[in-house]
Amino acid sequence: MLSTDDKKRLLQEMLFARRFEEACYQGAQERKIGGFVHLYPGQEACAHGVMEAARRGKDYVITGYRDHVHAMLSGADPKEVMAELFGKETGSSKGRGGSMHIFDVEHRFMGGYSLVGGPFPLATGIAKGIQLKGDDDISICFLGDASNNQGTFHESLNMASIWELPVLYICENNLYGIGTRIDRSTSELDQYKRAAVYNIPSAQTDGQDIEKVYEAAQIAVDHVRSGKGPYFLELLTYRFRGHSMSDSNAYRDDSEEAEWAKRDPIKILRDRLIEAGDYSMDEYKALDKKLIAEIDDEIVRFAEESPQPNVADLEKYVLADNDPYVTGGPQ
Amino acid sequence: MAELMYWEAIRRAHDEEMANDPLVIAMGEDIGVAGGTYKATQGLYEKYGEKRIIDTPISENSYTGLGIGASFIGVRPIIEIMSVNFAWLALDQIFNSAAKVRYMSGGQLTAPVVIRSPGGTAHQLGAQHSARMEKVFMGIAGLRVVTPSTPKQAYGLLKSAVRCDDPVFINEHELMYNLKGEVPDEEFFLPLEGSDVVREGSDVTLFAYNISVHWAKQAADMLAKDHGINAEVIDLYSLSPLDREGIKRSVSKTHRAVIVEEAEAMVGVGSEVMAIINEECFFELDAPPVRVSAAHVPIPYNHSLERAAIPDAKDVVNAVLASFGKS
Repeated sequence: MLSTDDKKRLLQEMLFARRFEEACYQGAQERKIGGFVHLYPGQEACAHGVMEAARRGKDYVITGYRDHVHAMLSGADPKEVMAELFGKETGSSKGRGGSMHIFDVEHRFMGGYSLVGGPFPLATGIAKGIQLKGDDDISICFLGDASNNQGTFHESLNMASIWELPVLYICENNLYGIGTRIDRSTSELDQYKRAAVYNIPSAQTDGQDIEKVYEAAQIAVDHVRSGKGPYFLELLTYRFRGHSMSDSNAYRDDSEEAEWAKRDPIKILRDRLIEAGDYSMDEYKALDKKLIAEIDDEIVRFAEESPQPNVADLEKYVLADNDPYVTGGPQ
Repeated sequence: MAELMYWEAIRRAHDEEMANDPLVIAMGEDIGVAGGTYKATQGLYEKYGEKRIIDTPISENSYTGLGIGASFIGVRPIIEIMSVNFAWLALDQIFNSAAKVRYMSGGQLTAPVVIRSPGGTAHQLGAQHSARMEKVFMGIAGLRVVTPSTPKQAYGLLKSAVRCDDPVFINEHELMYNLKGEVPDEEFFLPLEGSDVVREGSDVTLFAYNISVHWAKQAADMLAKDHGINAEVIDLYSLSPLDREGIKRSVSKTHRAVIVEEAEAMVGVGSEVMAIINEECFFELDAPPVRVSAAHVPIPYNHSLERAAIPDAKDVVNAVLASFGKS
């Protein structure tokens, strides 16, 4: 059970994530941020609820290209994440990765990857490494529903199951794979059932209500950490914006979007706190104002004022520097 | 100094590296209980157990990706892909994950995996089991590609590849696993970059790698004996990066170059070596460089057609004679 203080903190964190993503939207509109930018509004309760049940910065996290919020939840500095989007040397990946490739290995955020389904084997391999080392960390793989149509989903879950690897697969089912609705691409709409055929325990829950996500995630995390092997948790959610910045969203009905707008994870938690008498609208508005100012004054400004990478360093980071085995081992 | 077969040298390198570091593992299809298709891990399942000698499902892309993921946190996987033809299925993880992760993470994450796989035309295995695809791997930034021609190289390159922090693709050959050669008894590591002069010569340089080194050596003997031509043979055991200096040095000495490869000429090792010669020492040439390579066909099943598709020592001799205007 989340305490009132926990809920207030999570509300603040989710609102921060929402405003951070909106600042990214703004930066992309102003062409200060390049490339593809995939934003998280609408899905905040998923990552926040799961990471509340996990050990942030200690459990390994890996995900796809909608990765800013997951990175920050692991412990990545929001300033560095924003600077990465701006392509700056101070960015989490020194401007070499961009929005889709945020990394913070120090906090065990093992990266955002932009091949759909690509992280499944990587997360499963990290779990293999944990098992070999005998640690009690777990590997958490956040991906969307559409990635379950890749071969890597089936191949990886099969291996995780036969080798009882400590990996937690989180499926954020937002009902669309880019612009194609799930019922037009996928024969089984309930994603948790697809994991079950690999003899992996799985569950489905409301991804808009962070308390439900947290409860389900606790069961999932406990299962994996206790050495019982992998677990698959499906969270039913919705993204409020298009797939990426370049997506007009024309393939979705206005009525569907309006229905889901009523299920905003931030409003659900906020209204519940207010109803219980633990919070007020004034507090919320003050918090929102403060977060927007902080993002503008500190985070975006840091990104804007940071230096560009040096073009002379173009070929840095391709291969290891001075690896002794390249020349025949230590002399 | 012991004489070992190519597979025994690979097995010895596995054994030593696994004994040295508990986080070195091997994985692939049939490598454990079954002992390995080419015996490269024979007996190691019994010695190191199923957690470290891993029989994988037939899921090339994901078990390769699993090894790459494990390497992110300190594991050193030696991944065997039974045939390079099956490695096509794993290209997504090799290229998109292993080769790029250091760069796109700004140097934070590395994928120190070794991927071993035999390529080449063996004995009537047909088009889908006979491909050579080193040309594909060597074009990818962030990946090292080496290809041993002898048991000594097979041992020393694998030893270095396991310890190197970069992902390394080792291109082996189905017809070479039973090749015998001397391997020093004491532990050693071979450089992952460079080339070897395996036969000194003054009249023409034969550039070769992997199995074609043996054709080139045979051709050099025939050229010396029958035609009075003294050929130098260079073993390009590192295909990425290629040894620009070594290529330049030899061509500057012999002034003639013939590149011998089992693969098709198109976009291949020969094209690259010719480009390097062009860039580094064009005015040293006394004749245009020549490629000896496979026909541009999927490898046929029929024995005569199969032999006709790939070159041999005689083809190398003819190419050299043509370069001297003696055909």
